[in-house]
Order: sequence, then structure tokens, then C-alpha cells
Amino acid sequence: MPSLERTFILQVPSSTENLVMIRDFVTSIAEQAGLTPGEVADMELAVDEACANVMEHAYGRDMTKEVSVRATLDGDTVEIDVIDTGQGFDPTAVEQLELDKLISSRRSGGLGMRLMKKLMDEVHYEMIPGKKNELRMIKRLRKK
Amino acid sequence: MQDGLTILSPAGFLDAHTAPEFETAVEQEIEAGHRKLIVDCQGLTYISSAGLGVFMSFLEELRESGGDIKICGPSPKVLQVFEILGFPAIFDMLPDVAAAVKRYAECPVKGGE
Repeated sequence: MPSLERTFILQVPSSTENLVMIRDFVTSIAEQAGLTPGEVADMELAVDEACANVMEHAYGRDMTKEVSVRATLDGDTVEIDVIDTGQGFDPTAVEQLELDKLISSRRSGGLGMRLMKKLMDEVHYEMIPGKKNELRMIKRLRKK
Repeated sequence: MQDGLTILSPAGFLDAHTAPEFETAVEQEIEAGHRKLIVDCQGLTYISSAGLGVFMSFLEELRESGGDIKICGPSPKVLQVFEILGFPAIFDMLPDVAAAVKRYAECPVKGGE
């Protein structure tokens, strides 16, 4: 029997204090989807990283803006879309330096993106300049 | 306890919201002349890259002056995040405070053996 697609949306002001709420939202959806505790933790962290990047970089800490997190479950995958209307960027231009190089250059940038790619099965960016940016992350359910 | 060791024990979650507070705490220790830090992560339930960035930003400065940051006691969930980004190759990571104290006695600066 095909599974029914279910969609959940959380929209919060762009303030890092709301990261807790975002993590709780994602955790309960990932649990409902049947992910393992380890996979739930992976998704929690990946979405936190995506939203923190939006708050700090796309919106430059402007708390009047909003971040949307949309989760879609279809029985095979959990898809999370993080949507903002802030400043976009070129994901291919983000340098992926090794940890020791980052430390010696006193930078920690790009770690969030690295984590997202390691923790999720797919990560895609879609930027429509001046309109919206959408980051889509997918975790596939392992069939028992 | 050896002289000159300072233990910091962040508790709860360390994310982009709480990392600045932890950063200030580390900064204050360094300003007070404390160079040999042990960060006891036993009470930490969650860490994101913002929290990891704090460990990274002070490491060189501390090592250049004969100090270090030794990380101990993370839960499996928190340890996994350190491991994904390759922290164990750069930082001494120990199971608990006693092991971190012992490590300071054996090797004050990782890589300086």
C-alpha cells in the first residue's frame, strides 16, 4: 500500500534561541518517520547547522526575518527543506579546508556544511536571488 | 590535581546560541593566565559546529604558550560529532577528568611528545 505523504512546517523568527525549537521539531518528525536514534541525531544536527547558517549568514543576525523548516515524509524518505529570503551564496565557493588548516588560519567556517553532507544522504541548494533560498536535505529510510 | 590545570564544565547544549557564552568563559580563563584547560563534556547533551568552533579558535594560542585544551567525558552522541570532523587527530580526547589530568602529566601539549 503506498504511504501517504505528510508535510509539517515550522516557521520561526531568525534568532539562534529558536534553534532549540527547530531541533525539537525535527527530532519528533524523524522519530515519527521511524529513523533510528542515531539517524534522528544526525538529522537534528544537520538541520540545526542549516538554520544557524541562515540566521548568521543569509540574514546576518536580523531577527525580524523568518526561517522556515518544512519536513515531508513519504514512507521512503524524510525530506527537510530550510527556506529563507536572505542573502544567497555559492555553495561551491565555500572552501572545505582540513581541520588543522582551519585551526591554523583561525577559522571555523564551512564546518556546518561539511557536517550536513556527512550526516544526510542528499544535500541540494536552490537559490533564487532576491526571492528565496532553499536547502533540501534527504535521509532515506532503511527498510527492515 | 596538578598545579595550573583549569577545568571547564559546559552543561546542556552548545549550539550557535550558547557557544558565545562558552567562548567568553574560555577567554576569561586565558586572560587570567590559565593555559592548561580541561573541558569536561560529561554534562553536555548536544554540540553543533558553533560549539566546536570555540575549541578550534583558542587551540593555537594556547599551544604556542605551552598550554592545551584536553577534551574529556563526552557522551557517545557528542563524541560522534567530534569524530566526524576529525577532532581526535588534533585534540587529546579522554574518557574522564582523571585521564585528562594524567595526560597533562605525560604530555602537556598534544603533538609535543
